[in-house]
Amino acid sequence: MPAKSDIAIHARGLTKCFGALRAVDGVDLTVTRRQVYGFLGPNGSGKSTSIRMLCGLLTPTSGEIEVLGLRIPEQAEELRQHIGYMTQQFSLFADLTLRENLEFLAAVQNMPRRQAVQRVDELLQEYHFEGRADQLAGTLSGGQRQRLALAGSVIHKPELLFLDEPTSAVDPESRRDFWEKLFELADAGTTILVSSHYMDEAERCHRLAILDRGRLVADGSPAELTGALQGRTLEVRAERPRQAKRVLVQVPGVLSAAQIGNSLRVLCDESGDCGARVEQAFADAGVSAVVEPIAPSLEDVFVAATNQPVDQLNAEPS
Amino acid sequence: MNWRRLWAVVIKELRQLRRDHITLAMIVGIPVMQLMLFGYAINLNLRHLPAAIADQALTSGSRQLVMDMLATGVIEPVASARSPQQLMEMLRRGEISVGVVIPQDFEQRLATGEEAVQVLVDGSDTVVQSAAKQLAQVPLTYMPAEPRQSSVPLPPARISVVSFYNPQRVSAINIVPGLIGIILTMTMVMFTSVAIVRERERGNMELLIATPVSSAELMLGKVLPYGIIGLIQTSLILLLGMLLFEVPIRGSVWDVYWSAILLIFANLSMGLLISTRAQSQFQAMQMTFFFFLPSILLSGFMFPFDGMPAPAQWLAEILPLTHFLRLIRGIMLRGADFGELWREWLALLVFIVVMMTLAIARFRKRLD
Repeated sequence: MPAKSDIAIHARGLTKCFGALRAVDGVDLTVTRRQVYGFLGPNGSGKSTSIRMLCGLLTPTSGEIEVLGLRIPEQAEELRQHIGYMTQQFSLFADLTLRENLEFLAAVQNMPRRQAVQRVDELLQEYHFEGRADQLAGTLSGGQRQRLALAGSVIHKPELLFLDEPTSAVDPESRRDFWEKLFELADAGTTILVSSHYMDEAERCHRLAILDRGRLVADGSPAELTGALQGRTLEVRAERPRQAKRVLVQVPGVLSAAQIGNSLRVLCDESGDCGARVEQAFADAGVSAVVEPIAPSLEDVFVAATNQPVDQLNAEPS
Repeated sequence: MNWRRLWAVVIKELRQLRRDHITLAMIVGIPVMQLMLFGYAINLNLRHLPAAIADQALTSGSRQLVMDMLATGVIEPVASARSPQQLMEMLRRGEISVGVVIPQDFEQRLATGEEAVQVLVDGSDTVVQSAAKQLAQVPLTYMPAEPRQSSVPLPPARISVVSFYNPQRVSAINIVPGLIGIILTMTMVMFTSVAIVRERERGNMELLIATPVSSAELMLGKVLPYGIIGLIQTSLILLLGMLLFEVPIRGSVWDVYWSAILLIFANLSMGLLISTRAQSQFQAMQMTFFFFLPSILLSGFMFPFDGMPAPAQWLAEILPLTHFLRLIRGIMLRGADFGELWREWLALLVFIVVMMTLAIARFRKRLD
């Protein structure tokens, strides 16, 4: 257990109800400083609601929150100078130029004028906006907008940064650049809480929490989470994968079978000895297939934790 | 209150406004358009009603009466007729709004005090009806008495006609001061209520409330630029009113501006209150009209305040426009000074304080 001062966020029994819907349901969370902490979950799993409660924008129905040693929501106003928040939707002003946007944010963060001008120039350069300072923010591409929004959220060098699905509408290259920036910030001592529904992004986090329908279903470092599934993942290579899949879903203990090209990725439950049963089933059905153990991935972690196939992860909430 | 943050919000708002060409056009367009509409088109001082006169008497007295009626400018002959039947047909076809029948025995009827002239009116338009009824009343009430008084009947009639036709003299001079109030009420409430709701719709608000900027800074910063716009509009209407309609400012110009500033902030605080309630820009517009309609109908701009039933008057006393109209008419037309009208500006001040407090209290730096 790290020392108290090392904890950036501590939440216990965090719950938020909207009418009859429990959007967030009893989430316990501890985020240590200087980490990139990931929130992984499908749309509607309570990621945004949790983040909004943690930065004091929503009042929890119940539960306790302490962020940077401040009690939330009571001391939310005090917290605001120490955090940066990047909303899911682009929330800078489309009809202001890049420089005007950043200058405005510097001013509302109480930065003295001279210092603000300097900081804005610095950020424009650091975030590759040289020569575009007088362009309207509304004319930027998706990836550029997110970069600008990130620059805006760190203008006052916050200790803690909340990023709500910052890369959900961004091309892969921009996503890579964006994550480079996040690690630079983390190296400089910023704690970052970032939500995502991309598995590859989740793998890059120091620690992550998996949310499903408002509940926290797993948390730990990516290695811990995948390590817990050791021996429960198989790869099946078959000439006719769809036929093989029909056999697989009948086998007791098989949680999911996802086709990847010509092979199938199989996740089994904790009962063990799953491989033998799968091979037996193929033999009984007269299907020729090669079954081999494979290293578990975060996708498997997600499926195991939520009991739902991973391709639903990116689907809209029902 | 942090001045740096407040100023940042003001500058941001002005920069956005500079790029919003539609709003900029409305700032100037609404006052100019309304002024033209009310000043020229909506002339409650009815003139040039299409008319036809069937003079069956054809005496010098009847001709003199016709000339006199035409001289008022209320009616304008567009056709000639010989009989009442012809006039009725023309009325039905909508060719004329007023028909005048002078019977053959006109002089005789005058002498005996009988109804000497008949005025036929197109009653489908109530405004025309009431105007023409007044026209009809003049010769009927005046003429019977006249032969006994004088042998030269008509010159005095012309004088009495003028004062009779327009007892209230509703004209541009009367309308322009009120119009300042109408335009400020419409644009100020609308601009502020929409400006804040728009930020909420576009997601800017979520970013803003996660920063240290306070509710009061945010609200005042949004309101101040629109206050300046309101003063520009006021100046525009005053200037056009003076140039086009020769509207006088009998009191002090400063008093006019003080009144305008009070009304502007009363309406801005109303707009802010609406914005804390409205979920979408459309709702903000709806609520703006919910406030604007009673303002225009009950404030005394359209109908005389004293003629309204008591409950309507109580309601009108709550509306800032009612008090502003009393202020501005007093200052501009009667030459009253600000001090004499203390009740009115005090009422406006109270309205501002109450609405602004409610708005800031209702505005939560929260999403729920």
